[in-house]
Amino acid sequence: MSEFDIYQLLLFVFILAVVMIPLGYYMARIFQGERVWLSPLVRPAERAFYALSGIKADGQMNWRGYLLAAVVFNLVGMLFLMLILMFQDLLPLNPQHFAGTPWHLAFNVAVSFMTNTNWQSYAGESTLSPLSQMVGLTVQNFMSSATGLAVAVAVIRSFTQRENPNLGNFYVDVTRVTLYVKLPLAIIFAVFLLWQGVPQTFNTSVTATTLEGAQQTIAVGPVASQIAIKMLGSNGGGYFNANGAHPFENPTGLSDFVQLVSILLLPISFVVTFGFMIRDKRQAWALLVSMTLMFVIGFVICYVAEANGSHVLDALGVDQHISNANIGGNLEGKEVRFGIMNSTLWATATSATSNGSVNSMFDSYTALGGLVPLFNLLLGEVIYGGVGCGLYGIIIYALITVFIAGLMVGRTPEYLGKKIEAKEVKWAIVAQLLYPVTVLGGGMLALILPDSVSSLSASGPHGLTQMLYAYASAAANNGSAFGGLSANTLYQNVALGIVMLVGRFGVIVPILAIAGSLASKKIIPVSNGTFPTHGGMFVVLLTAVILMFGGLTYFPVIALGPIAEHLSQLSQSVM
Amino acid sequence: MRGQLRASLALLVLMTVLTGILYPLAIWGIGQSFFPYQAEGSLIVANGKVIGSDLIGQNFAGDTYFHSRPSAAGNGYDATQSGGSNLATGSDDLIKQVKERIQAIRATGFTGGIPVDAVTGSGSGLDPDISVANARLQAQHVAQSRHMDVGVINNLIAENTRERDWHVFGETRINVLQLNRALDNLANH
Repeated sequence: MSEFDIYQLLLFVFILAVVMIPLGYYMARIFQGERVWLSPLVRPAERAFYALSGIKADGQMNWRGYLLAAVVFNLVGMLFLMLILMFQDLLPLNPQHFAGTPWHLAFNVAVSFMTNTNWQSYAGESTLSPLSQMVGLTVQNFMSSATGLAVAVAVIRSFTQRENPNLGNFYVDVTRVTLYVKLPLAIIFAVFLLWQGVPQTFNTSVTATTLEGAQQTIAVGPVASQIAIKMLGSNGGGYFNANGAHPFENPTGLSDFVQLVSILLLPISFVVTFGFMIRDKRQAWALLVSMTLMFVIGFVICYVAEANGSHVLDALGVDQHISNANIGGNLEGKEVRFGIMNSTLWATATSATSNGSVNSMFDSYTALGGLVPLFNLLLGEVIYGGVGCGLYGIIIYALITVFIAGLMVGRTPEYLGKKIEAKEVKWAIVAQLLYPVTVLGGGMLALILPDSVSSLSASGPHGLTQMLYAYASAAANNGSAFGGLSANTLYQNVALGIVMLVGRFGVIVPILAIAGSLASKKIIPVSNGTFPTHGGMFVVLLTAVILMFGGLTYFPVIALGPIAEHLSQLSQSVM
Repeated sequence: MRGQLRASLALLVLMTVLTGILYPLAIWGIGQSFFPYQAEGSLIVANGKVIGSDLIGQNFAGDTYFHSRPSAAGNGYDATQSGGSNLATGSDDLIKQVKERIQAIRATGFTGGIPVDAVTGSGSGLDPDISVANARLQAQHVAQSRHMDVGVINNLIAENTRERDWHVFGETRINVLQLNRALDNLANH
């Protein structure tokens, strides 16, 4: 690791640590309906929104109402997006005359963007018109991340409500987070990206005559506005096929660094918001420490594996040693301007959160380097996680942890002053089991059905990893891929679409049911018998529960995929 | 239920206008006013003609130019079909390709260690940059083809080396298109 790599890492940690507390506090005030410094500017627009849409801003919803609102709002958005995609040929702003997409692709894309997955089985620059990208995709980028945050806030409120089933108002939460948090941040960020070289134009292509006299057609478009929210909202759906590796999405080392920060910015800050809202910051620190621990372990493994480079290339005599003049490492699928450091840090961050954007191609990672993003997905994206969904994901793990701790000492478990009883634990288990069932079940079907197997581009262990990654990515609503899989087929579009829906609502329904039940309970004062959920003991237990769940559930398939691939390459290079 | 449907529809329409139309338009306006060069794709114009983008790599096949990295975008540096090879590290296809690339480099008479970026494709297939080691590898061959002193070429490489942004972020790199333009400019003087 060069000195510059260390400076970049230190700056990365420093900036996030400095920003998360004020931003976390700011978001807490937003969700508690308080005035912030943007209020004089934004408040009139917010009022106009409620007036025009007939939303009663003070109307409270219980968990069923909140869930219904979230489902209806998301379904309406999904149908709207499907229509735009299928009929983009009839709509304006389609200068390249792209045809409407087939229904199964439209279904896949609409589910994908509505569920904050942003899995992309199509190539953006050769499939979608600027109108589809802007009015279709960008809107769902905003709405899906706002939905995740809203649900998470409802869950947080359930811990502070005293025998009161109300969880807030879904529409108000979505509106406020969009107007006060997402949009202002996205504007600042988009302007920064413009400055760095991300285009924002209504031209769609430019033809250049190269120095050697050939013609090069260069796809451009309104990119900056979409990339800004794609990074901030844990969305990850890029304008171009190559996503964050494309120089127009991510032109410089500086733009890469700032985008890296923006992947983790809201997920980390939101844990701080959680601490402020439950008025117990120690609880938030405990979650953050546990998350950070797993993040660091993953990053180190990924960095070392990729920096050591590929055994195969070593054997061919290629120089993979990292120095100032030589980028080095396993560079297939990686950009020169990012090198190993920025590629692996991105890979860890994008899979730990549910971002899913990539600035290097995982399919070409070493077996162990590629295992890290895969494992992060399989844990269910709780290492900071997506905006909102990461927090409610880890709260489910926390409930299971206190339940197990309670079993060990023979007491009714409590979390944040609420008794955790059979009902909550059952729902938590439902959420926890649905995920591996969808990943492994969906992945297994996909490996059996001939229609599906033909999508694989690799055979043997690497092929298994490709397929497993696709289903894990869809179920975890991540969206990154081992890109060798041809996913734009009828089978994969429909199957992965269904998996994404189960992955999203299979967690939202149980966690809101838990929230509804907790909100109606008393808050019990802390006593000597309360198991503290902020100390080192809890951090260790929580981390162990997460790793055991993930590790034990998926060990067999990981052994057959990445680990088998790694071992077979080791033995090859020995021979 | 009907109330929810109405509220959802209304909110979606409002949000679409705000985040799907007004927001991209505002960014477009800011771009056209303050960053017109970047907003249109950082295009390089010479003698009134667009010859490429500073950010997008292009294909160089001849002996008199520095070559970009191998590319999996379309037939190579197709800027309407970005993407990587997505080949696994151990795949036969990748090994075969790398061997061919090594052979091609050895054929130019280079005997040193081959930097990895010279024989691997990027994630975008449009990587505009090569490493300093990769440029040095090609210097002798380009100098011979142009009947120039290799010292001059090496100076050009040094002049066109882009440091890490703010001396910290990213990697040290050389933009191939700009380096080759500098070569042409030198020849014209």
